[in-house]
Amino acid sequence: MAKAPVLARGFELPLEPRLPRIGSIDAVALEARADSLAKRSIKKEAKLFALELAIRMTDLTTLEGADTPGKVQALATKAVKPDPSDPSIPSCAALCVYPNLVPAAVTRLRGTGVKVASVATAFPSGQSPIDVKVRETEEVVAMGADEVDMVIDRGAFLSGRYAKVYDEIVQVKQACGDAHLKVILEVAELGTYDNVRRASLLAMAAGADFVKTSTGKLSGAATLPVTLCMLEAIRDVHEETGRMVGMKPAGGIRQAKQAVQYLVQLYETLGAEWLTPDLYRLGASTLLNDVLMQIRKERTGRYQSPDYFTVD
Amino acid sequence: MAELEKKARQALVPSGWDYAPAPESREIVRIEERYGHFVGGEWLEPKESYTTISPASEEPLAEVGQATPAEVRAAIATAREAFENGWSALPGSERAKYLFRIARILQERSREFAVLESLNGGKPIKESRDVDLPLAAAHFFYYAGWADKLEYAFPNRRPRPVGVAGQIIPWNFPLLMLAWKIAPALAAGNTVVLKPAETTPLTALLFCDVVRQAELPPGVVNIVTGDGRAGAAIVEGDVDKIAFTGSTEVGKAIQRELAGTGKRLTLELGGKAANIVFDDCALDQAIEGIVNGIYFNQGHVCCAGSRLFVQESIHEDVVKKLKRRMQTLRVGDPLDKNTDIGAINSRMQLEKIEELVEAGKEEGAEIYQPPCRLPEKGYWFAPTVFTDVAQSYRIAQEEIFGPVLSVLTFRTPAEAVEKANNTPYGLSAGIWTEKGSRILWMAERMRAGVVWANTFNRFDPASPFGGYKESGFGREGGRHGLEPYLEFD
Repeated sequence: MAKAPVLARGFELPLEPRLPRIGSIDAVALEARADSLAKRSIKKEAKLFALELAIRMTDLTTLEGADTPGKVQALATKAVKPDPSDPSIPSCAALCVYPNLVPAAVTRLRGTGVKVASVATAFPSGQSPIDVKVRETEEVVAMGADEVDMVIDRGAFLSGRYAKVYDEIVQVKQACGDAHLKVILEVAELGTYDNVRRASLLAMAAGADFVKTSTGKLSGAATLPVTLCMLEAIRDVHEETGRMVGMKPAGGIRQAKQAVQYLVQLYETLGAEWLTPDLYRLGASTLLNDVLMQIRKERTGRYQSPDYFTVD
Repeated sequence: MAELEKKARQALVPSGWDYAPAPESREIVRIEERYGHFVGGEWLEPKESYTTISPASEEPLAEVGQATPAEVRAAIATAREAFENGWSALPGSERAKYLFRIARILQERSREFAVLESLNGGKPIKESRDVDLPLAAAHFFYYAGWADKLEYAFPNRRPRPVGVAGQIIPWNFPLLMLAWKIAPALAAGNTVVLKPAETTPLTALLFCDVVRQAELPPGVVNIVTGDGRAGAAIVEGDVDKIAFTGSTEVGKAIQRELAGTGKRLTLELGGKAANIVFDDCALDQAIEGIVNGIYFNQGHVCCAGSRLFVQESIHEDVVKKLKRRMQTLRVGDPLDKNTDIGAINSRMQLEKIEELVEAGKEEGAEIYQPPCRLPEKGYWFAPTVFTDVAQSYRIAQEEIFGPVLSVLTFRTPAEAVEKANNTPYGLSAGIWTEKGSRILWMAERMRAGVVWANTFNRFDPASPFGGYKESGFGREGGRHGLEPYLEFD
């Protein structure tokens, strides 16, 4: 995967010209824009293009206390060949699991092109000492994770200790080495779009390769407006520094129709350059089968029973 | 290795994502070959007629009547009769029933109306579907609620209907302007003769079907079609009130004509609204507001935010973001659900836009238009922005009524107020800042009938709308909108 240039301490935002306007989002207008983008009518080839892309961008996810190597390997198989009856269906981007299950995922995914992503840094709360977080990150990378999904310390963020949040991301980024770092903001706990924007800029400044909405552990996970808010922050960083940061909405994306809406929003906000799994991921556990079902419907004109798609 | 990866990645990046056409079906609406004038609940065979077209394809849609003065006089006489024989004496609660019924029928038939509006007027279906139709129905609902409460709206003033209202409406929001005119007039107990614009008569003619379906007593709503000559005949006719929405030039002529006649008059005319963006605004949302302010309905909006005043410290960023956003605007088939900008309403309007844009270039402003393929047939104009505009340029002074934005700068709030008010018009203004106290400070000083804060082109039937100075007088919408249709002790 292409990577953003690694700088010693992330990269410096040229703060001077930005300073007056880091933090404002008008919630009403943001939601109106997200709403109008969601009304695009995507049909036929355009829809197939989106559905196929959605599969290539999916981070197939299982983050349960009950996860076992067996479950993870079943999902890994699904990620490689989402629809065994149709060889034209591409693989997912990655499989996202808890640290202990990284070896199981690696065993099944080595050489397939599907990445192994592991959550880390005391997921989902992030409320642990920094040395524990760094250590956990080093471990998952050593076990073979290609990507690390860390959580920010929302307690620190909400109490205004931005420097702590920043420093932790910098340290985790260092611990990642060559692995890709996705920074989860857990937007449902941040409370306002202003905070989401601030946290996005902070994460990008600290070296995040991706910013990600949610852990999936709370009810208010990814939404179209919050994702748009983060895409706009990514766009501003790109405009000012040339650096291309990725985006990962996660949680609550269950239907193919939603996936298409997310991709329309991406395309019309950041442009065609971002229409790649290198820069956009959809974190989802149940989305995949609906996408497969819609693809088959587009191709054959008929819906098929869910029993024709594997439950893994 | 890194190079290889980079190449592999580039190969995967598509040059774009072509949305497949997603046209709304025309089948839902039936267009007659010929239409007459709707007078006394019947269709009258017109003496003269003309062809109305689709501006997106120049395809002829129907033959409609060009009302002669005699036909207009007959329509007014019919309205007078309906006023005197029943409608004005009907209890308000009964009038309300008819208005509620019309509102519900409009909702039920909204797709049909939306398709026809886009077909005949050129506006994108998403706007006629999501803006024009819901608002038109909302106006009828709103004024239905007032019909039996006029005594409470104007306590101790004994409100009475005026009589016959002659109403002349423009082509930019054909059905919505009809609703703005007819709903308060009927709620107040008047009868009407309405003339839709020459280029967009079809939704008004379809509305006659709604009038029948609602079983409104014959003669309460009469609709005659035709060009300015028919409008002039209404103004000269035996009406008690004229309500006109359209150009300042025609508005002035009407006012001259009516001077000394005792006929009441409200005018809603042109505008050259200032949209003022401060450096502490929510920038990406302000960009959306700027785009909505000027490119909504191809800029065929009297309150369009056609003069953009940007605080100089963020001028460069705003222009860069705006240009980028303009590249994603989809210009084309008005019936396609993904179209953002439709067709210019008529050849005449297109020529006017082209002339003013030429003037802007000659005067030295810098023009930008995003790359877009315009259809070969029909009337089209790419979204346009002018930078380096001086306050004295024609494009900063005259109403263009098209998708053309002029960007100017200011340094302090006081300068913004001074420049924004420096226009013969005064219909609307927009203010973009996250600072509440500044919104209030600015709004107090803007000489404009409507001031939007952190939004633009937002309408609600409960909110009065109207202008200062050459933008006209009288208010439409809200309780204020009843007043022009009532007499008081």
